[in-house]
Amino acid sequence: MPDQLIFAMEVFLNGLMAGVLYALVALGFVLIFKASGIFNYAQGVMALFAALTLVGVMEGQVPFSHLVNAVLGTEIHHFGWHVPALLAIALTMLVMIALAWAVNHFVFRHLVNQEPIILFMATIGLAYFLEGLGDIMWGADIKKLDVGLPQGINTIIDEYTYNLFDYGFFIDNLDIVATLIAAVLVAGLIVFAQYTKQGRAMRAVADDHQAALSVGISLNWIWVMVWSLAGFVALVAGIVWGTKSGVQFSLSLIALKALPVLMLGGFTSIPGAIVGGLIIGVGEKLFEFLIGAPYLGGATENWFAYMLALLFLVFRPQGLFGEKIIERV
Amino acid sequence: MRKMFMTAALGAALAAGPALAELVVPDLSYRTGPYGANGIPFSDGYQDYFTLVNERDGGVGGEKIRIAECETGYNTEKGVECYEATKDEGSLVYQPLSTGITYQLIPKTAADGIPMHTMGYGRTSAKNGAVFRNVFNYPANYWDGASHAITHILNENDGDISGRKIALVYHNSAYGKEPIRTLEELAKKHGFELMLLPVDHPGQEQKSQWLQIRREKPDNVIMWGWGVMNQVAIQEAVNIRYPMDQFIGIWWSGSENDVKAAGDGADGYKALTFHNLGDDYPLYDDMRKYVVDAGKAAGAGDQVGSVLYNRGMYAAMLAVEAIKTAQELAGTSNITSEQMRDGMEALEITEAKMAALGLPAFGPEFKVTCENHGGDGYGAVSQWDAAAGEYKLITDYYQSDQEVIGKLVAEDSAAYAEENGITPGCD
Amino acid sequence: MFYREAGDFKTSYAEDNQTFPIKFDRYRYYAVLAVAFLVIPFIVNDYWLNAVLLPFLIYAIAAIGLNILTGYCGQVSLGTGGFMAVGAYACYKLMTAFPDISILIHVVLAGGITAAVGVLFGLPSLRIKGFYLAVATLAAQFFLVWLFNRVPWFYNYSASGQISAPERTVFGVPVTGAETSAWAVYLVCLVFLTASALIARNLTRGMAGRKWMAIRDMDIAAEIIGVDPLRAKLSAFAVSSFFIGVSGALFFAVYLGAVEVGEAFGINKSFLVLFMVIIGGLGSIFGSFAGAAFLVLLPVLLKNLLVGSLGWPTDVAAHLELIIVGALIVVFLVAEPHGLAQLWRVAKEKLRLWPFPH
Repeated sequence: MPDQLIFAMEVFLNGLMAGVLYALVALGFVLIFKASGIFNYAQGVMALFAALTLVGVMEGQVPFSHLVNAVLGTEIHHFGWHVPALLAIALTMLVMIALAWAVNHFVFRHLVNQEPIILFMATIGLAYFLEGLGDIMWGADIKKLDVGLPQGINTIIDEYTYNLFDYGFFIDNLDIVATLIAAVLVAGLIVFAQYTKQGRAMRAVADDHQAALSVGISLNWIWVMVWSLAGFVALVAGIVWGTKSGVQFSLSLIALKALPVLMLGGFTSIPGAIVGGLIIGVGEKLFEFLIGAPYLGGATENWFAYMLALLFLVFRPQGLFGEKIIERV
Repeated sequence: MRKMFMTAALGAALAAGPALAELVVPDLSYRTGPYGANGIPFSDGYQDYFTLVNERDGGVGGEKIRIAECETGYNTEKGVECYEATKDEGSLVYQPLSTGITYQLIPKTAADGIPMHTMGYGRTSAKNGAVFRNVFNYPANYWDGASHAITHILNENDGDISGRKIALVYHNSAYGKEPIRTLEELAKKHGFELMLLPVDHPGQEQKSQWLQIRREKPDNVIMWGWGVMNQVAIQEAVNIRYPMDQFIGIWWSGSENDVKAAGDGADGYKALTFHNLGDDYPLYDDMRKYVVDAGKAAGAGDQVGSVLYNRGMYAAMLAVEAIKTAQELAGTSNITSEQMRDGMEALEITEAKMAALGLPAFGPEFKVTCENHGGDGYGAVSQWDAAAGEYKLITDYYQSDQEVIGKLVAEDSAAYAEENGITPGCD
Repeated sequence: MFYREAGDFKTSYAEDNQTFPIKFDRYRYYAVLAVAFLVIPFIVNDYWLNAVLLPFLIYAIAAIGLNILTGYCGQVSLGTGGFMAVGAYACYKLMTAFPDISILIHVVLAGGITAAVGVLFGLPSLRIKGFYLAVATLAAQFFLVWLFNRVPWFYNYSASGQISAPERTVFGVPVTGAETSAWAVYLVCLVFLTASALIARNLTRGMAGRKWMAIRDMDIAAEIIGVDPLRAKLSAFAVSSFFIGVSGALFFAVYLGAVEVGEAFGINKSFLVLFMVIIGGLGSIFGSFAGAAFLVLLPVLLKNLLVGSLGWPTDVAAHLELIIVGALIVVFLVAEPHGLAQLWRVAKEKLRLWPFPH
């Protein structure tokens, strides 16, 4: 086989993996948009906040220590204990649930029936708030996150493909784990939405708020649940991306990688987020490999993802799996 | 509109600054935002040194130094706001720690007659002081850095690197593009092949770039990164098992933050530097005694001895030495920003001076003149030792290829002078 | 008490149709203009100019532009940063290519070029709606920034890829470059802002504006009553991009003097201008002013309060600033989802009857 083709296969596989990572972030957007029509700009910041909290809990950091030290002149930083990863994840999840409740109680409960753009704006306020809160609680330095996810080249694939093509493919172990996690997550969400009482209630709310309300479903409860789920997805995304690059401010920018995925997959479809992620991941990586790097000077991935999504939208304005837009006058 | 003016009036009342102190040194720091993790140690070091001088020596020449800190968040607009907010307090010298803010401030500082010190960043051609009267970038600049990296590779390979393939992984911004011209010139001179790999801000996804490196196997990789890009790049290099000792970062890609996340795999990673590392200096005993243990540290006090802390402290040390020089020249201890400029232009750093300060061999020796605001371009290479958790210098300070760089500096500064109607001159 | 329409008789259609039909409003408007043109230039200093007034004036132009597109025509756009970059680079190329022509003309031409680019990226709006369109405009944002970073022609092959504005004068007074005086720079931006607001106000209450609003409220219904969606949407993109281009040109040439595209015109700028429009009030020119003032002034004010007056560490203050801005956005939305402009309208309604509301 010609080298170029083998390389393209490697790029393709890595694109798939990157796509899964994007999809992980996109899932959180989809959950909230589906159930409440809110385009949650704060999803990326939630991932950052969750990861910061996780590291803080694991390391036994004192929350707000910097603020307390600045105001009271004390010198406290750590409790001096280390919490095992699983327990820390559970504790962080509790924080995310509390956050979900607070978000619903203080913000969105008061904004029922507002236009989508107003709700979008409120999530921007939320994003600012969480960004400041996360930093002030846990500090702005870079933190290493290690919950035991493996990282580095997968030697099995490397050797196997080397025997096959004389060129070992590079696949990151972390990406493989992330793919497994994403698969479990999506399967779990689908089972939850299709087969459990709460899941059905959630879908009912997504379909029609008022009808759901009239058959006795509590909107508040469903929304808290949806935001908690989104918080959970954010935590997972935060763990995977945080393991990759350390936990720091830039983690909140991963939301930008999820937006083209959303456009392409449709804002309302969970499978769409996955398929969209895969298409975007493969598309941008292959474009960079075939055209971007050799002819355009590189760094084309950011805009190409959006262009690709735009191209799809021109033919299918609701995204690949989005609900068909029916307009009535 | 009316409401706005009312708020504006309220703001004016609030903005009325505190009383003038003797010597004001502004610190345009960034402790928040995407690059906050790097801004914190630099600013801590910068401020702690001034605090030390105040506490231990009672200031410089009997004049206390007041630090006016202003948070920029690495944002140019906030940087301009900070500049305007602090300049009327009698600020002596600016150290914005951002190439973007530097470009904003070059014309402004020229108009206001306030010097700016862009140590190892900013506009490289500011080395030509005949054009950039108020900007100083001693002891080394980006183009020196590019040359240092190549010289290091030359030395490792017995002076012959023709036919080698060298990749530059760079932040796709003005900062990251700085070394390209120099590297292209050097590629012509030494006959190596240059491969350019831009990474877009913020740089969390670099799979494409590192797959390309894995495929095309460049013999060396040079990196011009900042922020999260550094951590991801080093992690990816570890992942593809790139030999770390062939991987050289510029000094802004060489802090502990950048390598720690990658763990043991990052062992052997090299980074350039223009000052010494670690805290094994007499000065640090004073620093601990007078500043950190006395509870007067600018930050949490946990950064002492880290690479960026040392760099910030080194910048403050150079500023204090320039103030001393300026005080001698002006014959008064209460100097103005113009006198400070003259002091910086007459600054001379010798080994004896550094040893007297408790920082023996901390940086290269250099002498600033009007024609040369950039020092002599000495730098060194450090290497990360993952087991010990610290960078170690592995070379002496050596000079960059002045022949190539001098020509580029002359070209670029002449273009700037022409574009902006400046007549180069030293009087 | 003062704010009455009783006794304010109109005797011609022209009078009836004026922008400020109530006498008190009109005088207030004249007073604001007089203060802005005749008082502030004499008292403005560098700090107020660069920290508050210039960003406010320039962002207000951008917000007016985006408000036309998003508030009046209902097309959410996140490409503002990219379009501002087009204005800035067009202005830079024009300034350096034709140094003898007045900078004012260059700024207007830069707006025109941006309008053309805006129309191009507005084409997908004919198919794509709502948030899908918003995300689609991000394609413009990222592509344009990449383009200006990538192609050296745009930055005249300078070594670092930054563009910096050479000195240009208006009536012999420098308005760009290093040697500017605060009042001149302020007046140039103020003139552009006033002109933009007047044009926008009169466009939006005329035929074009009504078409845009019809499209916003229900595009299919609008089509049925004879509004051509193609022309309405594209004209909104063109007009909006024109203003955004002008603001981008001013932002680069007059305010910052040197910019780097990714940093100055990145995605954050797009979001910032959108925030201004929504906080200020969609579909309101006053709202654009209010939103720009809110987001420019509030951080400066908070910073001066927390750092300057209370003496807190700058990083704690910066974080608190984010928390407070975020919380205020939410509080405002909960109190009044239609923005500051709506609050202002409600206040005016109340004032009309005050002090005898019954």
